[in-house]
Amino acid sequence: MSTRIILVGLLLSAISGLPGLFMSRHSHLGPRVAACLGGVGCLLGLAGLAHFWFMGPTAPVSVTWSLPGDGLSAGIDGLSAIFLAPVLFLSLLAHVYGLGYWPPSDHPATGVKLRVFLGLLTCGMALLVLARDAILFIFGWEIMALAAFFLVTTEDHKAEAREAGWVYFVATHTSTLILFGMFALLHRVSGSYALAPLAPGALPPGAALAIFVTALGAFGLKAGLMPLHVWLPGAHAAAPSHVSALMSGVLIKMGIYGLVRITSLLPDPPLAWGGATLLLGVVSAVLGVAFAIGQHDLKRLLAYHSIENIGIIVMGLGLALMGRSLGRADLVMLGMAGCLLHVWNHALFKGLLFLSAGAVVHATGTREMDRLGALARRMPHTALAFLVGAIAICGLPPLNGFVSELCIYIGLLRTLSGVGTLAVVGAVFAAPALALVGALAAACFAKAYGTVFLGQARSPIAQVAHEAPWTMTAPMAVLGASCVLIGLVPLLVAPALEAGVVAWAPALMQSAPPLRTWVPLPALSVVGLALLALLGAGSLVLRSRQRQTGVAAGAVWGCGYVAPSASMQYTSASFAQMLVAMFAWALRPRRHGAVAPVLFPARVPVRGHVPEVVLDLFILPPVRLVARVFTALRVLQQGQVNAYLLYVFLALVVLLMWR
Amino acid sequence: MHALLDALVIAILALNLYALGVSRIRAVINAVALQGVLLGGLLFLVHATLDVRGALLVIATLVIKGVVIPAFLVHAMREAEIQHEVTPFVSFMSSMLLGAVGTGLAVGFAHTLPLAEPHTNALLVPASFATVWTGFLLLITRKKAIMQVLGYLLLENGIFLFGLLLLEAMPFMVEIGVLLDLFTGVFVMGIIIHHISREFSSISTENLAELKE
Repeated sequence: MSTRIILVGLLLSAISGLPGLFMSRHSHLGPRVAACLGGVGCLLGLAGLAHFWFMGPTAPVSVTWSLPGDGLSAGIDGLSAIFLAPVLFLSLLAHVYGLGYWPPSDHPATGVKLRVFLGLLTCGMALLVLARDAILFIFGWEIMALAAFFLVTTEDHKAEAREAGWVYFVATHTSTLILFGMFALLHRVSGSYALAPLAPGALPPGAALAIFVTALGAFGLKAGLMPLHVWLPGAHAAAPSHVSALMSGVLIKMGIYGLVRITSLLPDPPLAWGGATLLLGVVSAVLGVAFAIGQHDLKRLLAYHSIENIGIIVMGLGLALMGRSLGRADLVMLGMAGCLLHVWNHALFKGLLFLSAGAVVHATGTREMDRLGALARRMPHTALAFLVGAIAICGLPPLNGFVSELCIYIGLLRTLSGVGTLAVVGAVFAAPALALVGALAAACFAKAYGTVFLGQARSPIAQVAHEAPWTMTAPMAVLGASCVLIGLVPLLVAPALEAGVVAWAPALMQSAPPLRTWVPLPALSVVGLALLALLGAGSLVLRSRQRQTGVAAGAVWGCGYVAPSASMQYTSASFAQMLVAMFAWALRPRRHGAVAPVLFPARVPVRGHVPEVVLDLFILPPVRLVARVFTALRVLQQGQVNAYLLYVFLALVVLLMWR
Repeated sequence: MHALLDALVIAILALNLYALGVSRIRAVINAVALQGVLLGGLLFLVHATLDVRGALLVIATLVIKGVVIPAFLVHAMREAEIQHEVTPFVSFMSSMLLGAVGTGLAVGFAHTLPLAEPHTNALLVPASFATVWTGFLLLITRKKAIMQVLGYLLLENGIFLFGLLLLEAMPFMVEIGVLLDLFTGVFVMGIIIHHISREFSSISTENLAELKE
């Protein structure tokens, strides 16, 4: 029942953009019809999800067909439900947000295409999460990948969007290719395409390792794990903001879903798998946030934070895998619950941040942080939303990011009481790494929030900014409220998480105690509420003191300099300079122009940026080499009909000679 | 009977070389038309007993290859105001030389083939290869699009020659179908020539290089 309701919702979502194709590009009806259909589709899906959570699982829906494989089968279990929820929820909000963000009056040429593929993206992601066999999974995967490509290149008149789109396209197809290999392997050892757990001992160790490595490659590429993240920043920055929110919030989580699903199928993972996964997570988290600090483009900065958060999620997965190898229910519960909850949390707060960034772009037309400033005064709602998202993403109490990171912290520290193998010792060192990530994220968001929303406006466009319409602020408010809700009452989401954990490792977790045995969830609510109360009281006191003494506006003390201007504030680059220098070994920051060391230096433009190191240093050079070789082959493409006929003739002769 | 057949085949081979060596398009068209008529004659000879089916085929071949297509090409030349020179990439002398060498090789190659008993000594097989080769040469070494049409026709004539060996085995409909294909092909190419000439005010296929990418 629940699956059928969801499938109907997906159908609605998939066709939501189609009516718009038959209307005028300038018509306001098209976007509204699309938003209504897509929204109703998502609501139906959420209803189905609620049915699953409250009424329990139902039999999967299967369709037989004559193509290879055993037919298509869709169903829902604890894991699918966890990943399906943000897909539907965020899509719903994106549909609403798009009404204000991408109105036909501003974007007549691109809006129709955007809405068609937005609905398809939701449908593709949900299908792959519901898939109970590899064929349907690949279908969903490809629908998602292609729809996302067309969404990234929504503004295909801009070279930046085209370039980002192609990098994404290559990355996603590489991932699909590896995925084919993985499913072929899986089919070889299990004899069917069904995504069902393999019996212990049924798998030769070599095959298991091969499946695990290919899964890590294919899904890591989609999730944006650190060395495989090259497509992510460009694509997130170039896409329209609600699409970025969807991509960062849920699309990259499909890679995580794949990893979680495949690891749940493989019996008896060796300890080394968990260790390697944990290490990858740490690298991704630390370097992701380090790259984020160096960015000047608001959406690129957020994109690098996605890499960081994927790292945190993967750390949770690694911990859970280690727990499964060691047969320890506490590690599995803490790691997996942290992983799954962070999937939700990241979808919520990163969605919120991208939507707020979208409101900034909508108001000012730029993503360059150094051209913004003082937006908190003109866009108070957006500023508040961004602040909530920023606190949540830094993992600070009392918001939701804290809860998931706390689970992972506790899990990592609990490995201390285990057997002292190398991997376990390593896990203990992952806890300080997580703390480092949190601190760096806080620094990064101090920079982003400070540069964009505080201080003085750095350019005229920031002075005339306006608050976003309600269609944009309402989704932001919903997301912000969800962040606060999960942060304050984490017990609400615990049953869903536990169902997910049980679905991941049924043998070990069937009779395990609930999450709150290890994480003091009720205490979190109390502490959070107390913190909020303290904050409220503090601001009340401050407010009353201000009222008594009055507020005077004056210039900031500028070391005695008498003519300060807005351009003399900290820029995003200068704020981050120290941290970027600390990570210069990885970031390779570039600087163009230098101030001559003379008494009265002339006016010199100095600019710096942090390039995409993996793409620029490791991927593009070999690709350029290959391109050069193939450019040499273009001599053969004469454009002469006669030459082509000669080729045909030669090919025929060669074929005739062939024995 | 056999001597007459061989004579006709040799005439066809001579026409191949003639088509490679002349510089006027009109002459090439005439050569191809004459070759078509000869093919019809060959058909007549190879068929020991002429039934209705054979007669139809002979007439269709004569009319389409000998009259309709050449007339169409001449018409196209006039319509598109095509210059009369062939304009080759490879000189006429070299083309003829290549054609002659190809003919020699074809004879050699035909001897190596495991043919059925009645065909081993017939000139038909080498002649068919040689004509195909000549068609290819015209296709590859001539600039004007109308010459590509003529090369294609020669190519088809070669295949037709080979088909004579299988006359008993091949269904009537297939042969008629081949003729129809040929006619349609020439028709389409005529239209393309017209478009090329209108677009570039010349029918040299060199202009098409502008369209690459």
